[in-house]
Amino acid sequence: MKNTLAISSIIFTLGFLSIPVVQSDSDFSWSLFKNKSNGVKVVRNELYEEECGGCHMAYAPGLLTERSWTKVMAGLEDHFSDNAELDDDSFKQISQFLNANSADKSNYKRSQKFSRNINRANPPLRITKTPYFIREHNEIPDRLVAKNPKVVSFSRCTACHKNADAGSFNEHDINIPGFGRWDD
Amino acid sequence: MNILTTSLTVTVSFILGLSAHLVSAEEATLNPVVNEHFITQLGIKADEKLGQQMWQQKFKRKGVSGTGVRSCTDCHGSDLSKAGKHITTGKIIKPMSPTVNSKRLTKVRSIEKWFKRNCKWTLGRECDAQEKANFLYYINSSSSF
Repeated sequence: MKNTLAISSIIFTLGFLSIPVVQSDSDFSWSLFKNKSNGVKVVRNELYEEECGGCHMAYAPGLLTERSWTKVMAGLEDHFSDNAELDDDSFKQISQFLNANSADKSNYKRSQKFSRNINRANPPLRITKTPYFIREHNEIPDRLVAKNPKVVSFSRCTACHKNADAGSFNEHDINIPGFGRWDD
Repeated sequence: MNILTTSLTVTVSFILGLSAHLVSAEEATLNPVVNEHFITQLGIKADEKLGQQMWQQKFKRKGVSGTGVRSCTDCHGSDLSKAGKHITTGKIIKPMSPTVNSKRLTKVRSIEKWFKRNCKWTLGRECDAQEKANFLYYINSSSSF
């Protein structure tokens, strides 16, 4: 009886511990079992969301390296042909926020992928121009994005990635408007 | 009083009441803090009509992206009671009219920020104090009735 109980407990525990292994494709954080998490960390900053989320989604800082963010912030007067100037105080606060949470500082798996193979001398301004992004989207035809009036641009993450606001870019959460789910 | 007199009185009062509403809509006042900052303390006389003109105006811009012509209406539209749409990102912009969107024209810091960004984008320069005042009067009154 005692042995059966011990063995059952061991089997149960092993089964429980195998969950993160089996579920490793998901973007949920099983921080009990590992330091790194899938997806991109969701970090809330009210000022960032107000100042940088008024015209487009407030992109997670974990999608670009610090060098890229610095470059973006240095060019706000001509921010992809728009003017996104900030007052000095907001500029400092937002810069600090972005740099502290940039992809190269993150222990989140996807952020780490975003920070790989970045040209340090000439870092990309756009998330969509990072090597990782390009590789992940290179099989998607034009008619689903640029020629799709419900998507228009790869820069509009939330058009297809239904859980992007929660930091998740898991392929199971993709639903391309007018097309449907994406299966690799 | 007989029924005829009563109904006449009621009808006239109703019409007068409606007229009062008309009058007050035309003179819808700007938020006092905003009014003080942009108008009163500078001794400006704001011109709502000039504000509307400038809003609709198409500014020819050399060396800029897109068609080379820019206007406030590109993102905000001409009907300020309706939502606008960012010309590049497609993001929905809540209506400008304070009657429809009570958060509009309430914070000086926010108004100055958007004037700076958007005048520079549209006109290629900052708007001067008179132009800002004109815009504010136009936006504030655009909702009426």
